[in-house]
Amino acid sequence: MAQSLTANRLIDGVVLYWRGGDWVETLAEADVFAEPQTADAAFAAAKDFVARNVVVNPYLFEVKDGRPVSEREIIRAAGPSVRQDVGKQADV
Amino acid sequence: MYRYDEFDAAFVRERTEQFRFQVERRLKGELNEDQFKPFRLMNGLYLQLHAYMLRVAVPYGTLSAPQLRMLAHIARKYDKGYGHFTTRQNIQYNWPKLKDVPDILAELATVEMHAIQTSGNCIRNVTSDHFAGAAAEEVEDPRPVAELIRQWSSLHPEFSFLGRKFKIAVTASPHDRTALRYHDAGVEIVQNGDGRIGYRISVGGGMGRTPYLSYVVAEFIEKPDLLAYLEAILRVFNESGRRDNIYKARIKILAHTLGATAMRERIEREFGEIKAAGSLDVPETERARIEAYFAPPAFEDLPDMALPQGGALGDWVTSNTHPHRVRGYRIVTISLKPIGGVPGDISHEQLDGVAELLDDFALDELRASHEQNLVLPHVRIEDLPAIFERLTVLGLATPNAGLITDLICCPGLDYCDLANARSITIAQEISKRFADLARQHDIGDLKIKISGCINACGHHHAGHIGILGVDKKGVEYYQLLLGGSAAEDASIGEILGPGFGEHEIVDAVERVVEAYLTLRQPGERFLATTRRLGLEPFRSAAYEEQRHGAD
Repeated sequence: MAQSLTANRLIDGVVLYWRGGDWVETLAEADVFAEPQTADAAFAAAKDFVARNVVVNPYLFEVKDGRPVSEREIIRAAGPSVRQDVGKQADV
Repeated sequence: MYRYDEFDAAFVRERTEQFRFQVERRLKGELNEDQFKPFRLMNGLYLQLHAYMLRVAVPYGTLSAPQLRMLAHIARKYDKGYGHFTTRQNIQYNWPKLKDVPDILAELATVEMHAIQTSGNCIRNVTSDHFAGAAAEEVEDPRPVAELIRQWSSLHPEFSFLGRKFKIAVTASPHDRTALRYHDAGVEIVQNGDGRIGYRISVGGGMGRTPYLSYVVAEFIEKPDLLAYLEAILRVFNESGRRDNIYKARIKILAHTLGATAMRERIEREFGEIKAAGSLDVPETERARIEAYFAPPAFEDLPDMALPQGGALGDWVTSNTHPHRVRGYRIVTISLKPIGGVPGDISHEQLDGVAELLDDFALDELRASHEQNLVLPHVRIEDLPAIFERLTVLGLATPNAGLITDLICCPGLDYCDLANARSITIAQEISKRFADLARQHDIGDLKIKISGCINACGHHHAGHIGILGVDKKGVEYYQLLLGGSAAEDASIGEILGPGFGEHEIVDAVERVVEAYLTLRQPGERFLATTRRLGLEPFRSAAYEEQRHGAD
C-alpha cells in the first residue's frame, strides 16, 4: 500500500509531512510513495532532520486514494474531530 | 489552602530554570530526543498526536481564584483558549509550544503551581476527596496528609526513578470519592477503637491492561509513622518490582504476585528498619503547621434553610448540590459535562468566570474532581440561586452531577498518541442520547467511564458501564464492560463480549440501560441490579440487535 511520511516539528510540536526532501504542514501537499523503497529512502533522509533537531518522531503511514487508511492519521491530519476550531482543519 | 514557604517557592523557581536550561540545550541540539525525554516527562510535558501536551499539577485538586486566573491566562496566551481537567484532578493543555513551556512554568510558579511529577516513573500528583473539609461523614480533612505526602515525595532521591509510576490517593470518608482501591497505594484516614486517628493503608490497585483492586496491608498506622510506612512500601517496590517488562512493572503486579501475606511481611520488615533508624518521624509540630493551612473557613452560624425547589434552579440544586457538614451550607458540583460537550474541557472565559465567582461570594477555593468536574466546597444555601444564575451565564450549570450524562472519558484518539479509538465522540453521543433530564433521574446513579485504549485513563474498568476503545485494522471498535465501581464497593467491570462498531456502541448502551429499567427492583440502582442478576440479561440485551440481524 502507498505511504506518506510524517513527524512533529521540535520547536512547537506541529505535525509535518514530507514533501520533496523537506517538510510541509498539510497532508494535501505530502508526497505519496507508491513503492516501499522510495518510502524507506524518504524515511532514511528524514533521520537527518532528526539528527539536526528539526523534527522528532518521524514515521511512515499508509494512504489510499490520497487519504490515510487509519482513523488516527485522518485525525492527526485534520485536528480533533470534536473541535473543528483547532488543528489544521481550523486553517482551511 | 496550602501556601508555599520560602523553600517551596525557591524549589519550584529553581526547577523551572533548570528545565529552561534543558529546553535551550534541546533546541540548540546539545541534547537529542532520547536524552531530553526524561527531563520533559518529569516536568509534565508529553508529545501527543497533534502537538505537545503540558499537564499541570493540581495537588489534591485544590485551586484558588488567582490560580484559576493564571490557568485562564495560559490558555489564552500560550494555548488555544481552553484547558482540560483530567481524571486525576490535574489540568492539561493540548497545544503548547516547546519553546514556550519554560515561560509557562515560570508563570505558573508565580501562583504556586507547577508540572513536576505529572508524568514519568515517579510518585505522581497525590489525589484526594473533592469534598474534603466539607463532607459530613469524614473523619478529618484529608488534605494535610496529602500535602505532607506531596512534600515528602517531591523529587524524593530514592523514588524519582521507579520501575513505573506510583499513584497515591488519600481519603477520610467512608464514602470513597477517590477511587482509592484502584491506586498503587491508598491512605484511608480512620479512627480506631480508642478514638485515635491513624491510617489504613492499601497497596496494589491499578487500572491499565491488568486491573487489580488493592488490598489492605496495614489496618492502623499511627500518625507520626505515615511517611515511614509509605517509604517502606516504595522501598519494597523499588527493590522487588519488575523492570524488565513495562506492562508488569507497576506495584500491582508485585503485590498480587507475592500475595498479601508476603507483601505485608516485606513492608513490615522495611518499616521496622526505617522506624529503628528514626529518620522519618513526622513531629506533631510539623503536622500542625501543615494542618493550619487547611483550617476551615469561618463558617457563619446560619439557620437551617430549605433548599430552592422547582424549575431549572430546583433541578440543579437536586443534582448538583450535596449535604455539607455545617448547617446552612451546601457543596456545589459544577458540571463540566454539558450535553454533547467534551467532558472536562473548560474555556479561558469559564476559568476566569469561576475565579470571579469565588471572589464575589467570598469562597476561598475550588476543587477539581477525578470525575472531571469542579466543586465549590462551602456555599451558603442562600447564595445558591445567585450562583446558579452566574453558572448559567458561563454555560456551567448543567444539572447532571452523578447522572448518566455525567460520564468521564479520556482524550482518546482525538488528542492522545497512545489511543486506539476516540472516546470523546462516544461520550458526546451517549450524552445526547440520554439528554432528557426526567429520563436521567429515572435511571438514577449510573456511572459510565470511557477509555480510548487499554491504558484506562478513562477508568473504564471502574465504570458501572465501562467502554474501551480498540483498534481493528485501523477501524475503531468498542468493548462494553459492566459491573465496575470505583467507590467503597469497588469492583472491576467484566467485558460483555465482542466489540461494537462506532455506530453501534451507543445503541448497545441504551439497550443495557433499558434492560436495567425493566429488571430493577424498586429503588435498586444499576450496579446493584447487575450484581443481583449477573451479566447474562444485560449481555442478551446488548447483543440483541446482532442476534436479530443473524436471524
